[in-house]
Amino acid sequence: MSTAPAATSDAGTRARFGVEPGVAVRAVVIAGLLLFVLIPVPSLVGSDWLTTFASTSIYAIVALGFGILYGRVGMISLGQVALLSVGVWIGARLAYGTGMPYPLLLLATGALTCVIGTLVGLPSLRLSGLYLALITLMFAGATTIVLSVTDFPNGGGGFKGRSATGALTTETPPVRRPSIAEGDVAFYRYIVVVAALMFLLALLHVATKPGRAWASIRESEPAALAAGVNITFYKMWAFALASFMTGVAGCLFASQVGVPRAITFRTQDSLTLAATALIGGIFSIWGAIVAAVFNQVLPFLFQAQWGINTNFLLIIFGVGLLQVLLTAPGGLAQQFPRDMANLGRLVWRGLRSLRPSRKSDP
Amino acid sequence: MARPPVASSVPEERPVIDVSGLTVRFSGITPIDDVSLVFPVGTCGLIGPNGAGKTTFFNVLSGFVKPAAGTISAFGEDLLKMADFRRARWGLRRTFQTEMAIEQLSVYDNVAMIHEHSGAKRSTRRADVQAALEFVGLTMPPKTKVGTLNARERRLVEVARAVVGRPRLVLLDEPAAGLPDEETDHLSQVIRKIPDAFGALTILVDHDMSLVSSCCSTTAVLDFGKLIALGPTAEVLRDEQVLRAYLGTEEV
Repeated sequence: MSTAPAATSDAGTRARFGVEPGVAVRAVVIAGLLLFVLIPVPSLVGSDWLTTFASTSIYAIVALGFGILYGRVGMISLGQVALLSVGVWIGARLAYGTGMPYPLLLLATGALTCVIGTLVGLPSLRLSGLYLALITLMFAGATTIVLSVTDFPNGGGGFKGRSATGALTTETPPVRRPSIAEGDVAFYRYIVVVAALMFLLALLHVATKPGRAWASIRESEPAALAAGVNITFYKMWAFALASFMTGVAGCLFASQVGVPRAITFRTQDSLTLAATALIGGIFSIWGAIVAAVFNQVLPFLFQAQWGINTNFLLIIFGVGLLQVLLTAPGGLAQQFPRDMANLGRLVWRGLRSLRPSRKSDP
Repeated sequence: MARPPVASSVPEERPVIDVSGLTVRFSGITPIDDVSLVFPVGTCGLIGPNGAGKTTFFNVLSGFVKPAAGTISAFGEDLLKMADFRRARWGLRRTFQTEMAIEQLSVYDNVAMIHEHSGAKRSTRRADVQAALEFVGLTMPPKTKVGTLNARERRLVEVARAVVGRPRLVLLDEPAAGLPDEETDHLSQVIRKIPDAFGALTILVDHDMSLVSSCCSTTAVLDFGKLIALGPTAEVLRDEQVLRAYLGTEEV
């Protein structure tokens, strides 16, 4: 955001508050990247990569939720993947049990997950730091147990979906997808668009009143209170927003895999998500994308492409986390552009120093 | 409790803050002990040695601390009956001893954030924030992140936060702490202008006596939770009991 002191003298109020060129450039770059991911990418990669990219988009939403809670408000939640599994469960049950149009299904799943996530967030009004982390981790553990005990999702139609044969059988039809995006490629695009909308929602929050209120809470609760911020309300709002987005992601996940299984969501995944979100960068919402790439693309590369045990990733994440915490608290989302800018400046300076000598050459 | 010695020469103006019999008790200690004082319009000083109860007094006004006894009437309203987060909307502003400008946010967002919760009209936000920044003399682009500013500029951002959105009572807790003398001069000019520019009563806590005497017409002195002097600043600073309280701490 740091712009050179170019606008010196009579830059009127409008010029000072207007859209900076840097912001416009960034918007164009983001739109370009989004179009690239949407249009050519599916035809460039195979179906296994497409599945990976779809789940990367979904996990980017989950990491975004974690980023809002921790990066914006300073509340650490180690149960975000568990909350995703709650979203998957609700989404799958609603899909089997009702015939509502898919966008409505997404919203309903988001809303119900929002209620549960906000309840889980209630302790944050009294607890913070390690204690809140522990409570949310317990929630993750409890969710894992409930899902495996109930043979999630245990086949069958309707809301309850319990079938006499017990565990999931092959008779269970896959969770439905939107009628406009039944195929893998179409649904991948659908997921990317929904994820983009979630990022837009987060950006709108961060750039306006709630974002400023969250930042003030994060800085100091007494100061926020003195500034008239209703801390209870804004903390709950952050949990509600993060849980809503995670719920939407869960519904997408259910439709993406078709037959969701409890084994997909382990308690430790919530921890890995937190680690990768920190590596990606907790203070920038773009860090969520980096986090999702680490979380989904790397395991795919390791296991499916290179045949390496994915448990090695835990070591890599550990080292990465250590590096980030020690040297770049802003994570890769902040470090990478800075490194690139430095590199660009270096190249530019190199070129400039070459030019006069070239001119003097006869 | 009888009025303290110099109280007789308090300028006879409309009382804006009327504190009577204020007592705060934490288990075993009494940081504020039966304090009664009246602050008129303008900038008022509140001084005293460390641990005298100045910040506790501010915390009572902000609603962080519930007093054991006493009443506070501000502009004719009972301040103690108001919920803490509603006091900002009423017009209470405060800065803290430690810096509380939000590094993550821009200068504009820092000030706009206060405006948003002050109950002031949304349509006037941009102009009001701009006016507050001009008032304190911050000239950098409003989009500059506060994290990139120096100590003086951050203090000024805090003062801008304290004066935006129709303030009525501005509490400044050691605004000059950590600033070199030449930078304190600008700050004191800004503080002096607050009552006329915004019609707000300003209460200034500081250890810098030159700042207090240049800004404040009235000054109250606390020592071990008791009010030991209240009156025109120059008289108060000459008061023997005040000198003794300050010299007493210097000996330690």
